[in-house]
Amino acid sequence: MADTHSLFFGDEDGIKTPWQILGFALLVLVLMGVSALIESNINPYVQRIIVNCGIGIILGLSLNLVNGCAGQFSLGHAGFMAVGAYISAYLTTVLMPFGGFFQTELGVGVAVVAGGLAAALSGYIVGLPSLRLRGDYLAIVTLGFGEIIRIVFLNISAVGGPRGLPGIPLASNFFWVYLWAVVTFAVIYRLIHSSAGRAILSVREDEISSQSMGVNVSHYKVVAFVVSAFFAGVAGGLFAHYQGFIDPNTFNFNRSVEVVIMVVIGGMGSFSGAVIGAILVTMLPELLRFFAEYRMVIFSALLVLVLHRPAEFLVGTRSGRPLGFLS
Amino acid sequence: MGALMGGVMRPVFKSRNRSFLVFGIVFLSLVGFVNCTKKGDTGASAQADLQALVLGEFGTMTGPESTFGISTHRGIMMAVEEANASGGIQGKPIKVISLDDQGRSDEAVTAVTKLVTQENVQLILGEVASSRSIAAAPVAQKYKVPMISPSSTNPRVTQVGDFIFRVCFIDPFQGKVMAKFAAQNLKMKTAAILRDIKSDYSVGLADFFAEDFQKMGGKIISDLSYSSGDADFKAQLTAIKLKKPDVLFIPGYYTEVGLIARQARELNYNGVLMGGDGWDSAKLTEIGGKAVVGGYFGSHYSTQERQAGRAKFRREVQGKVQRGSSQRPGGHGLRRGTCGDCSGPEVVDLSAYRFARCCGAN
Repeated sequence: MADTHSLFFGDEDGIKTPWQILGFALLVLVLMGVSALIESNINPYVQRIIVNCGIGIILGLSLNLVNGCAGQFSLGHAGFMAVGAYISAYLTTVLMPFGGFFQTELGVGVAVVAGGLAAALSGYIVGLPSLRLRGDYLAIVTLGFGEIIRIVFLNISAVGGPRGLPGIPLASNFFWVYLWAVVTFAVIYRLIHSSAGRAILSVREDEISSQSMGVNVSHYKVVAFVVSAFFAGVAGGLFAHYQGFIDPNTFNFNRSVEVVIMVVIGGMGSFSGAVIGAILVTMLPELLRFFAEYRMVIFSALLVLVLHRPAEFLVGTRSGRPLGFLS
Repeated sequence: MGALMGGVMRPVFKSRNRSFLVFGIVFLSLVGFVNCTKKGDTGASAQADLQALVLGEFGTMTGPESTFGISTHRGIMMAVEEANASGGIQGKPIKVISLDDQGRSDEAVTAVTKLVTQENVQLILGEVASSRSIAAAPVAQKYKVPMISPSSTNPRVTQVGDFIFRVCFIDPFQGKVMAKFAAQNLKMKTAAILRDIKSDYSVGLADFFAEDFQKMGGKIISDLSYSSGDADFKAQLTAIKLKKPDVLFIPGYYTEVGLIARQARELNYNGVLMGGDGWDSAKLTEIGGKAVVGGYFGSHYSTQERQAGRAKFRREVQGKVQRGSSQRPGGHGLRRGTCGDCSGPEVVDLSAYRFARCCGAN
């Protein structure tokens, strides 16, 4: 992958690397400040929803890469999330190598990355054969994968089996979740605007023509899939360390559908759409608590309303430049 | 956030109406948030709540597992109505705030956080399932608000901390009682176990039953498993039948238990069927039919119990049941110790009722 270089250090937008590093440092400081402000001033329940939104944003952005940008239809995002959640929680809760290292905030960070890498690996293993399928068939294979992962964890008693894994250190917070959300955004944005990204977009537009132009279609599909799986795994790890408890049921088919809704609601392929979709899908059920047992009915009705014409919905950049609004 | 929203405006320009709709939703969400924050901060609701005793309940009111959640909710409401009718607790009326968790452990955590930090409840009631109780209990423990579970039988639930309670028995106790009943009351010598390998409850209960049954001189001659969701149990049942156990212990939930009972009788297995509180649903006889008649299961309540107040309570429940089908409390409860008589009214989750009433009294 010669083009990976341009992912992180390119100067496509005329921004030089030192400035990027400085910008990143500034961002970390700002996030820390905001995090401290939020934690001391905002009601814990609202905080929880804000953080859940952040986790949703990571999931939405990463699935958007596959479903929106690469034009594939994956229904197995909860599976990758489960891999990330279980691997990282296993490291910090059950295995605990290197003494107490994995109990510290840094250790949890490492565990979350490890969870992401494990998810990426599983994405590679699943993606390699199944991305040769198209449309509905791919959807079915990824759906099956998600369920298989869930049932595998259901049967491993070392991670609690059906009763779940309690007592996970509560290390993720607003800062870590939103830092990862920004990293997800940046990496996927850079990926899409690199030459690899052009290839991914061309696969979405027309597989046969891009193949005839010399684009290695399966290669770029797998790249998109693996990057997407990595961030889903990271989101899973952050989720596990925010909830403090995970069970296989948390990562069922409904969770995958929820992420697909986040992507579709904002318009497939649109970055800002995925972000807003994630915020809506996470927040609406909480805001609709007012309607008690009817809230899921109303939630679904709102979704139908919004999904009436998804393509040109929020940002509708299927043919335009994703994230054009930031330029 | 402002920059982001401002930015989104431009590309949306074409489909203005729709974009207004979305913006409306996003904006209202944000406004809602700000409102929530303010409410929590000023503690205005806390002021009002000094007048009433606020109980928070979280449970599975929607989704595939909602039957237990809804019957529990009805039990609680019944007890609260009764307490309020007799003047509340020390002159204060009881108010219940119920939140739905959709049967998801992460939603359970969110719901309990809301109850504690925003609704300022003084006591939390819930959840039915042990896994969701275990997930949410650390929140209650952290804010030092007592939480009482109506029917989470896993021992680990209350081990979370000293603010977590339950009003039901735990699985080791249930297993022991059933083993004692089989060995001493029914004088059974041999038993077979058919456990649900996917359910922690079932596996745990099976282990406790086996341990105690053997201690009391019985013999476990077969120990097989199934997975919840299975529909055909003939392979296991044929193997069990060949060994001719006196008792077949099935510590599962009513759906599979009903099917297992039916298929066991079809194979002409004539031993006694036994199980735990997972049997306790009106659906059991619907699914199992005559096959479950004569079986035994342990549960949290029996109408045959001879305790003060029970007869009065039974009449009240039956009165409520008859009052109209829309008000009819469902499932879980008012079942006899034996299943010979399962046609009785389906009722309120009495354990929930009982614990809500306990709390009221104290």
